[in-house]
Amino acid sequence: MATRRAFLNAGLRLGVGATLAAALPGVSFAAAPGARPLIVVILRGALDGLGVAPPYGDPDYGNARGAIAIARPGGAKGALDLDGFFGLHPALPLLHARHRAGELIVVHATASGYRERSHFDGQNVLENGGDKPSGTASGWLNRALGATNGAVTGLALGQNVPLVLRGPVPVGSWAPSSLPDVEPELLERLRDLYSNDAPLAARLDEGTRIDALAEGEMAGDGDTMRRAKGRGIERLKAIAETAGRMLASPDGPRVAVFDAGGWDTHAGEGGAEGQLAGRLGGLDKVLDALRTGLGSEWSRTAVLVCTEFGRTVEVNGTRGTDHGTGAAAFVVGGAVRGRVIADWPGLATRHRYEGRDLKPTTDLRSIAKGLLLAQLALPERALAEVFPGTESARPTRDLVRG
Amino acid sequence: MTADAATNAAIAANRFGLGAKPGELVALAGDPRGWLIGQLAGPYRVPEQLAGLASGREVLATYFAAREAREAARKAAKGGDPVKELVDGVREQLLPHYLAQAAARTRLALASPESFRERLVHFWSNHFAVSIDKPICLGTAGALENEAIRPHIAGRFIDLLLAVETHPAMVTYLDNQQSVGPNSEFATRAHRRGHFQSAQPKNRIGLNENLAREILELHTLGVDGGYTQGDVTSFAQVITGWSVGGGKGRLAEGEPGTFVFRRQVHEPGSKTVLGRRYADGGFEQGERVLNDLARHPSTARHLATKLARHFVSDEPSPALVDRLAKAYSASEGNLNALYKALVSADEAWGVESRKFKTPADFVQSAFRALEVEPKDTKKLLSGVELLGQRNWSPGSPAGWPDRQADWDGADALMKRVEWSVALAERVGNAHSAIATADVALGPLAGEHTRTALARASSGSQALTLLLMSPEFQRR
Repeated sequence: MATRRAFLNAGLRLGVGATLAAALPGVSFAAAPGARPLIVVILRGALDGLGVAPPYGDPDYGNARGAIAIARPGGAKGALDLDGFFGLHPALPLLHARHRAGELIVVHATASGYRERSHFDGQNVLENGGDKPSGTASGWLNRALGATNGAVTGLALGQNVPLVLRGPVPVGSWAPSSLPDVEPELLERLRDLYSNDAPLAARLDEGTRIDALAEGEMAGDGDTMRRAKGRGIERLKAIAETAGRMLASPDGPRVAVFDAGGWDTHAGEGGAEGQLAGRLGGLDKVLDALRTGLGSEWSRTAVLVCTEFGRTVEVNGTRGTDHGTGAAAFVVGGAVRGRVIADWPGLATRHRYEGRDLKPTTDLRSIAKGLLLAQLALPERALAEVFPGTESARPTRDLVRG
Repeated sequence: MTADAATNAAIAANRFGLGAKPGELVALAGDPRGWLIGQLAGPYRVPEQLAGLASGREVLATYFAAREAREAARKAAKGGDPVKELVDGVREQLLPHYLAQAAARTRLALASPESFRERLVHFWSNHFAVSIDKPICLGTAGALENEAIRPHIAGRFIDLLLAVETHPAMVTYLDNQQSVGPNSEFATRAHRRGHFQSAQPKNRIGLNENLAREILELHTLGVDGGYTQGDVTSFAQVITGWSVGGGKGRLAEGEPGTFVFRRQVHEPGSKTVLGRRYADGGFEQGERVLNDLARHPSTARHLATKLARHFVSDEPSPALVDRLAKAYSASEGNLNALYKALVSADEAWGVESRKFKTPADFVQSAFRALEVEPKDTKKLLSGVELLGQRNWSPGSPAGWPDRQADWDGADALMKRVEWSVALAERVGNAHSAIATADVALGPLAGEHTRTALARASSGSQALTLLLMSPEFQRR
């Protein structure tokens, strides 16, 4: 069966490509010379910051967390130490290896502009980059792509595009499929069928292009292809690896978004082992697979891992935690200047937000802005349109090596 | 049949229903609005496709028993990986029930001559979403839909609300079964024994606010409906004791798998929710709060907005939302009055199809148009799984999103093409694409699409083009 990749190549030779290019103003994978890979991982459901990056040095940590507290570093199943005060959850050994390589920033007590406790509004604010959950139909990452004037393109890993990457700039999406490729002739006919329907025509062209790229990156790698079509963590790892290769490809996108749900641990959250630990173990492997796929391009990469808000400081009545405010986030990558960024408010009740949550002291948008400047080489004035009305959140400097 | 009548028939079957089956457009053209409203009349009868499914009570009781047996065996053996074994055990026990429930629901959706009713069932099931990524929901999601939702979609919202919030599926999905009032008898006793808020937090017991928050945010008032964190906490106290019999540990009394009110964990005393004081009365205190929530203007607006968005457009006009909210409030929360207001609104009958089909809409309408119903359960369910909408798996209590931008990713479209090719190849040349366009879309199928079908290089290619046409991708 002819592949879409072969079709595109043939199309270019036959002149079909010219039609294709004409139909796709502004869609090109030619990267801006200064742009470096930026990947955003959104963990939906409110990841427990005090579980994933335990502040074991805080005198109130053990008591507040009780049975789900992570033990101090050193002992069995203890935290993986970061700086003598914060640690990483023991289910994150690969991420900890990045810390030891100086490639991990842990941002703690951080939050977007959102201060209520609805997941869905919280995710909207995290992704639209504003202060309000509604009224903005585009995401900050799409607006950032817009600010590069088409020099940088984006990719959603999954069938559909999450809000953070939606907007006026066309963005592709990709997930492996278990069904056979579509014949080139049918694609041509669909293109004609959609000639009066601009949105569907645009999707079809983006889809064709991304599939060809993905296929090219997986060509000759039967193992990755097989795993990508399978199930569970092996599938996610294979997707991450392929995505890494696409981002490293000279004609590939430079920005990608992954999102994953399942972090809403109201009951039976577990400590060093259990529900949250199981999920973190998977995340650890997927992040590392991304590094594998990026190969030498990893040294220029930054990955932002974030969530809509944190969870309560205290354990609730069902050995879990309820919706909170301050959270933890990570920036990891070969380009990253590793450290802990935390203006630590303390866990004692009097230091908490509304008496129950970790008080946010670092604006997550400052981190995001800093990454846009560094990775996409955006001019600083562009930030006003990417994150409108948030001038007080100054971009964080020196997140990545120069 | 006049042109208008034919168009309205196609809109009724596709926008309001689950997609026209052959013959349906002709049959309902006389009175499309009457066809819709008529589906909601009369008492609820269990559809034949659902007969023989295990009840939620049976599924949970079997599951609790199996879990206890497994744990006992594990304790005796003292080995293995307890977490993995437990998860595997849950799936093993519950997956057959999930597959049977999902298959029955799908077969009903494909066969039903009352597909407006079925669409409303799916709508409310998504409004009150539970998700199978929480393993216990594999066994309970279908039961929630069939036991709490189906019988109540054409009555008063409060009855639907009460049935859902007291169904074991919702109680366990949102963790209320273990939520304990801090001053309840149970907590007081535990406190005396030194367990409550003790230095041994393993035994710490107290509130879980998950169910209370989602009732306010998702099921009734809506996120901007005017409640505070204080209301959430207070309402969580009100519904302490709303639990499920069976399970394990100290809170297992009661008939396994049924809703149980546990007075000993209920937070005593009066509570204030949304500025109103509710005297204590055990279970009935929560019932009174739910009654007031169902009557609240924010709830009317929230439900009206979601219904208009589902049937008319991603951003429905304020006028339509007002009209629906008024119909809801004026009828004191009668859902039939709400549906009648929707069906009688001119805006809902615009010729332009403004709703992009979800994967489930697309797969069901394709199967219905082609009268295809795979015998094999796996094949029956694989379409929605491949296209990203496995039954009852929205991943969060907010349910599946209902706007085009959530479903029209480039990759999503490519997968629809791939799936359409596979389906068209399977049904081969048994269906003429032009004839199928006539029975499925009628006058909604435009000239450009008809020309493309006529020029296709094979019968199966023509069918693929029909399924992927802009007209068939929207409703």
